[in-house]
Amino acid sequence: MNRLNISVSPHFHAKATTQSIMLDVIIALLPTTIAGVWIYGYRSLAVIATGVGFAMISEMIFNAVAKKPRTVGDMSAVVTGLLLAISVHSNMPLWQVAVGAIFAIVIVKGVFGGIGQNFANPAITGRLLMAVSFGTMAKAAFPVADTVSKATPLAVLENSKMIVEGGSYILKNWKGEITGQTDLLSLFLGTRGGAIGESCTVALIIGGIYLIARKVITWHTPVSFILTVFVLSLIYTKDFNLALAYTMAGGVFIGAIFMATDYATTPYRPLGKVIFGVCCGVITVIIRFWGNLPEGVSFSILFMNLLTPYIDKWTSKKPFGGEKI
Amino acid sequence: MEKNSKLSIITKGFFKENPVFVLVLGTCPTLATTTGVIGAVSMGLAATAVLICSNLVISLLRKLIPDKVRIPCYIVIIAGFVTIVQMLMHAFLPDLYELLGVYLALITVNCIILGRAEMFASKNSPVDSMLDGLGMGIGFTIALFLMATIREVFGAGAFAGIEIPFLKDHTISFLVQSPGGFLVFGLLIAIVTLIMNAQGKKAPELGCAGCPAAAVCNAASGKCPEKEEKKGEAENA
Repeated sequence: MNRLNISVSPHFHAKATTQSIMLDVIIALLPTTIAGVWIYGYRSLAVIATGVGFAMISEMIFNAVAKKPRTVGDMSAVVTGLLLAISVHSNMPLWQVAVGAIFAIVIVKGVFGGIGQNFANPAITGRLLMAVSFGTMAKAAFPVADTVSKATPLAVLENSKMIVEGGSYILKNWKGEITGQTDLLSLFLGTRGGAIGESCTVALIIGGIYLIARKVITWHTPVSFILTVFVLSLIYTKDFNLALAYTMAGGVFIGAIFMATDYATTPYRPLGKVIFGVCCGVITVIIRFWGNLPEGVSFSILFMNLLTPYIDKWTSKKPFGGEKI
Repeated sequence: MEKNSKLSIITKGFFKENPVFVLVLGTCPTLATTTGVIGAVSMGLAATAVLICSNLVISLLRKLIPDKVRIPCYIVIIAGFVTIVQMLMHAFLPDLYELLGVYLALITVNCIILGRAEMFASKNSPVDSMLDGLGMGIGFTIALFLMATIREVFGAGAFAGIEIPFLKDHTISFLVQSPGGFLVFGLLIAIVTLIMNAQGKKAPELGCAGCPAAAVCNAASGKCPEKEEKKGEAENA
């Protein structure tokens, strides 16, 4: 009887749903997660389980308390929890991971209206809360003497300097004591101290390529972010290999590929994305070389998250016949 | 407001017109002194003392003070009482004096005190003004105590300097830093608004009346910009 389907526009639908996109992000995160577990041991599995578990539970409880529709099925809480967990060290006390996950979901996401309404990336903000609150505590509580306990090469000492000595990169603090050592290959493969998911550069690149191929993210932000960091490091150090080491050490890749490409908190137009990436890179390098923090990726992304509405305003196109917004 | 009983003048400051969470006045000392319960409560009590005295004196002098120079007059009166409190504290409670530091002197420019002088004491009888000062002061102290409790217990693992066994090993030091102060402040305002909404009470519309700068602002523009803006919005809608 009803042969004619009458429906309102749009008549073409993309098949993508929040769930499918989040699933793609999880798949893209798998290589670096597996690499992290392999490099840093099974302790990282506990950290990841805590992060994901508490993110999901707090989302469920928050939705129930706030009488909102249940959104835990869209997997976004899983992505937030996973990203948060792999952006910290594997020896992080579990209760701290739980605090970070709850903060990310309830305060950053839930209170501001749930998925798509958050003003900043929940995982980044949760990570920064942990960095600000527990930075020194995590190190003091777990004095382990292998790769795990070593901080990110950049984080060893604020005033340490990376210098080249016989093919490897040696970190020296202001007293001239050696505080860390690494080389380009281990930076590329991730066999170095660092957060669970940030060290294996090759796995992160694989994940990034997958996301770009699946059209979940575009290349603009990651490429402009990473290139900016590299070029500015090159200008600062005047050494190609050292600049490469600076780019791969720390969280530039995980930040650029997975955190600076969040839909709700980054510009939606290509030009805006490039501006976002370049500014992130500039802020990262400024914090690294002249700030008193070892790493600036998280802060740069959080800062640019806050500027995103303005970037969107500047880069928005005037629709044909319409008024400029 | 004049018809209300004396008791309601006091109690409205506790919750319904809480100076910190509803009127959002005195934010600076609220954020700065709530890292510990002791500092917060003593700050609240010091401000309450100044508030009661200044409200009384301003109310007594309300017919003598010319309208044009009332703000400087209020400031002089308030500063006088702050100096008295400061000197007394320096003499008898030197530890507390050290703890509060510059924020004790800054009570002078605390918006709650100037705001209540402008909003209440300049229009009401001395007794009512004192009661208002007492109520607002207690409301301020309650607000500071609540915030400081949350921040000290979870941020430093202690209550009034006494360590709490489990929490002292599990501190979230973010909370005693300034961003944590803003976070707790925002959450408490949200909770208070939530309770008010559930009770069907709306936060009192304040407009320019509660703003100590209203006189300057009105003189400069000849009108209240806030109200104009609201009118414009209504027209657009």
